[in-house]
Amino acid sequence: MNYEFDTVIVGAGGAGLYAALEASRLHGAGRTAVVSKLYPIRSHTGAAQGGIGAALGNVEEDKPEWHAFDTVKGGDYLTDQNAAIILAEDAVRAVLELEHRGLPFSRTPEGKIDQRRFGGHTRGFGEAPVCRSCYAADRTGHMILQTLYQQCIRNRASFFDEFHLLDLLMDGNRCCGVVVLELATGQLHTFHSKAVLLATGGFGRMFQITSNAYANTGDGPAVAARRGLPLEDMEFFQFHPTGIRGMGILITEGVRGEGGVLRNRHGERFMTRYAPTLLDLAPRDMVARAITLEIKAGNGIVGDKSVDDYVLLDATGLGKAVIEEKLPDIAEFCRTYQNIDPADTPIPVQPTAHYAMGGIPTDLDGRVLCDGAGGVIEGLYAAGECACVSVHGANRLGTNSLVDLVVFGRRAGRHMAQFAANADLCSVNVSDGAADVCALLDQLKSGSGSVKPGTVRDRMRTVMMEKIGIYRTGSQMREAVAELQQLRDDFRHIRIEDPAAAYNTELVEVLELRNLLDLALITAACADWREETRGAHARDDFPERDDEAFLNHSLAWLNGRDVRLGTRPVDLSRWEPKPRVY
Amino acid sequence: MRITCRIKRYHPETDEAPYDRDYVVDVAPTDRVLDVLLLIKRTQDSTLAVRKSCGHGVCGSDAMVINGQERLACKTLVQDIATNDGDTLTVEPLRGLPVQRDLYVDQDAFFAKYRLVKPYLIRRDTEAEEGKQEFTQLPEVHRKFADQTKCILCASCYSSCPIANAPESEFIGPAAVVQASRFVFDDRDEGLEDRLPVLDASDGVWACENHFNCTRVCPRGIKVTKAINRTKRLIKQAREKSDQDV
Repeated sequence: MNYEFDTVIVGAGGAGLYAALEASRLHGAGRTAVVSKLYPIRSHTGAAQGGIGAALGNVEEDKPEWHAFDTVKGGDYLTDQNAAIILAEDAVRAVLELEHRGLPFSRTPEGKIDQRRFGGHTRGFGEAPVCRSCYAADRTGHMILQTLYQQCIRNRASFFDEFHLLDLLMDGNRCCGVVVLELATGQLHTFHSKAVLLATGGFGRMFQITSNAYANTGDGPAVAARRGLPLEDMEFFQFHPTGIRGMGILITEGVRGEGGVLRNRHGERFMTRYAPTLLDLAPRDMVARAITLEIKAGNGIVGDKSVDDYVLLDATGLGKAVIEEKLPDIAEFCRTYQNIDPADTPIPVQPTAHYAMGGIPTDLDGRVLCDGAGGVIEGLYAAGECACVSVHGANRLGTNSLVDLVVFGRRAGRHMAQFAANADLCSVNVSDGAADVCALLDQLKSGSGSVKPGTVRDRMRTVMMEKIGIYRTGSQMREAVAELQQLRDDFRHIRIEDPAAAYNTELVEVLELRNLLDLALITAACADWREETRGAHARDDFPERDDEAFLNHSLAWLNGRDVRLGTRPVDLSRWEPKPRVY
Repeated sequence: MRITCRIKRYHPETDEAPYDRDYVVDVAPTDRVLDVLLLIKRTQDSTLAVRKSCGHGVCGSDAMVINGQERLACKTLVQDIATNDGDTLTVEPLRGLPVQRDLYVDQDAFFAKYRLVKPYLIRRDTEAEEGKQEFTQLPEVHRKFADQTKCILCASCYSSCPIANAPESEFIGPAAVVQASRFVFDDRDEGLEDRLPVLDASDGVWACENHFNCTRVCPRGIKVTKAINRTKRLIKQAREKSDQDV
């Protein structure tokens, strides 16, 4: 069937819910639809642990300017500086607003929002670590998601749960709605609207070892790419240094913020050699590389230099009381999955694919850009991890993802609501818009069946892990591009074996695989294109940052089997790029 | 290790009634039950329907009944259930909610009851304004409701509760009370009175008979029954106070 709403929001994580809250406040009830492939509060925002950065200065002196600078430097100067300043200044208001809406932050003895240290966050432009992360134990994302969902219930936004995004309804450079699949019935629906926000989250599932949820398959960026829109900075994918060995489950940087340290097989606190000032609280890209180098040098715990080797995150110095009070979920993950108590035994960790810095390019109000010159797609917005403002540049700092969601989710929600108030529904033929999707579904029912989706998925995840991982080289990346092109060809032979219409999860997983394949190809092609080392993109064959040639955002267009590359300038209005040492 | 995984299957389009189906699988003791289900889905039967998302016990998607008890499939390891070759792992959908397909249950009724308790901060003053300072909240006040904030609305407690599962029961269920208590013990909230019509009712807190199943199964370790009883006492105190005022 066809639904009509003023605004449609795809995704019910932090960015989508904040936008929904703003849009439903400005529009009144019943005019805003939130379409999510999960039940609300299942979104992966809820897995964020350590905190949300804001220069409240509750524990020690802090300034938004320092936060903005850290964000720019953390992003290896690929961060748009005007965006970083908005992020840092608005973070303070956002945190206070969340607190007023009921978010149960952990408190100082005087009853203020407590704050702790996090990687790359400093006072005085890099002098020393600063307590900037506002937190609710190690469940900050869970509390943000709960608080925002609670407020959406209050504002009576309309939720469509377990609806999967399949396509955008476009009329030239105007977005007119979305095409979705309802899991419960297998039916296709169109949502015809004045404005659409994509807030579909990350796509870490393209990697073998990841902290990401099964749902993190990049549906929004993939749909946008197939509709001819560019994606920005896709080569930058963050590996979080501390995932549980073999599983990738996240162990928050808050463990190091509270005093935990990384050790190699000799018991050495090896970060002293890599980041003498910030030590274990250096930014994530640097810590992940340090762990990889330790393992390659035979200093991993096994010592065999293999990719499966690991190091230890030693939190035994914190004491049981601190761990149970401030890091209770981490303690429970350790008990459940490793059968250890982190108060007594160091945690086995290895880097885990965690966060996409790149995504759908937007301006500061979430409007989706269609070229490198600032052109926008009317009525289309993006926010959160699926978007690229770009506020994280080449490497995101810990706690800044939650800030991004609430700051830019809110801005996008406000802008789209105002846009919708002055716009008419465009006169697109909604059944034409669904024709491509119908053709795809027919193909999936009639494929030869000679290729199994599980085989393609495994191969993609292995290729990405081995060839587009923490350290990269040109020859390997070109192999990866060729393999991913082949896997995309193989995809055409997949056949859905489940004949049912209702709750056909096999179909949904294959559609998600298609999204991941497209984004993996774009990621690999962008990585090969960027012949320098910057932030999370580290190349053995180009080990230095090259500001002359590459101080630009990449833009990538999916073009059949190939990826076409272009650039977009970086906003450098505040700070001059400098070498990045900590 | 080779075990039998017995899954309660049901597809309303084709099956008259739910039935058990056995799958023999080779697994590691440290595999998650969710890993086992996805292995079966991938290698033996792609039609198996199971909800999942985060995979590590924080999103609440994959609550189900595993060997007779409500658990999260991603937070339960094979070795928690089966330790020897030939052991059986049984997996069924949550109780008390209509089965949609296999392990998918319709949670709309559960969420509707959650919404009844007005699960959001209620203030008498107007909405949060820009530039305000935070409310002061002492850690000891925060501790009064911190346990309840862990709830991920997975519906395990609801499934395990004999009252909520009784025929014709309208009990709002343990999770809804936990969510309400998360607010009524928060000193920033002023909404106890707004919630009383739902809480202080025969289908509200008073339906609870202290079976403690909810507390036993809660995958987040929330002391659910205690939260319900504390809410009962708070309501009594509020009544006594209002009687005195009269």
